[in-house]
Amino acid sequence: MNVRLYFLQRATAMLMAPLIVGHIALIFYATRKGLSAPDILGRTQGSVGWALYYGVFVMAAAIHGAIGLRSIAREWGPRTLAQKPRVLDFLMWAFGVTLAILGLRAVAAVVL
Amino acid sequence: MQEIVETPTDAEATTIEVSVWRGAETGDYQTFTVPLRASQTVLDIVTHVQRYLDPTLSYRFACRVGVCGSCAMTVNGRPRWTCRTHVSKVIENGRIEIGPLANLPVIKDLAADMSRFFEKWQDAKGVFVPSKTRGQPIEEILPSSPARQAIDAAIECINCGVCFAACDTVRWNEDYMGPAALNRAWTLVNDVRDAGNAERIFAVAQGGGCHACHTHQSCEQHCPVALNPTASIAGLKRRTMQAFIRAEVK
Repeated sequence: MNVRLYFLQRATAMLMAPLIVGHIALIFYATRKGLSAPDILGRTQGSVGWALYYGVFVMAAAIHGAIGLRSIAREWGPRTLAQKPRVLDFLMWAFGVTLAILGLRAVAAVVL
Repeated sequence: MQEIVETPTDAEATTIEVSVWRGAETGDYQTFTVPLRASQTVLDIVTHVQRYLDPTLSYRFACRVGVCGSCAMTVNGRPRWTCRTHVSKVIENGRIEIGPLANLPVIKDLAADMSRFFEKWQDAKGVFVPSKTRGQPIEEILPSSPARQAIDAAIECINCGVCFAACDTVRWNEDYMGPAALNRAWTLVNDVRDAGNAERIFAVAQGGGCHACHTHQSCEQHCPVALNPTASIAGLKRRTMQAFIRAEVK
């Protein structure tokens, strides 16, 4: 991991820490208050705030996770992979973009 | 000159079973029976084997008093300086297993090839780059200055390679510079007389540099002179991060 990846991974971690706390608090709130699916969708659909909250969360998770998996592949993957930084970069991008698409699709489903 | 090993005819001596690595990358442990003595070190045992039981045993040592850093070996699975490791501290069930340092190629028996370890010091730009000439006045450095104190905390490395052998990241990532080389780089980063920091910060900010460290702290746990290379590496992470934010490194 070089300084750029290190910076991005730490920065996204700092960003996600409060978002995760908010996310967990939201789960407790939604379940304890007995909110139904229509109740939740009624609050999220058309909401710029929720779109931003979970949009940022998804992007941070995609970047953070992809960099972490690159390190795992580099250190615990096959030896032949370790000496191919471009292949490692491709795997990192592929995983990150996939995670971002899946996550943003889920966000779109509740806010659009 | 005083003999470091007494003759093995001491009537009071009990014995110890010692398994010693024989061979290079492939090989096996060979068991010897060695007299057990008071205040005996692991290096004393290896020397006894070589002098009295098998003169073909290869190992490396020089000062015998914990200064030179040549005699590091793996003792009962842990890297240690053998000249200052008492047998009584490491003996397990009357046995000791002694092998070469891990994470380095084995030349023969207990002698590891340290080339890779020292090449990493070059990779980390662990060489002082002078900024002044002989004719200029000597730089005044206050012992109480934060930079000097950071150097003091890290400078006493004896280059034994114990941290390199103990490090998980070194084992997993052959590009990683390792704790000792990065610890050395940290002392130079804090040296106000040094003129090589642009290249040094760039070097340790790359793939095999300080950011590969997982902060397992095995180096700190095993360092025979009680240094904390993990703290030095954390210092390099902060310094490279600052340089990255200022767009001095990419």
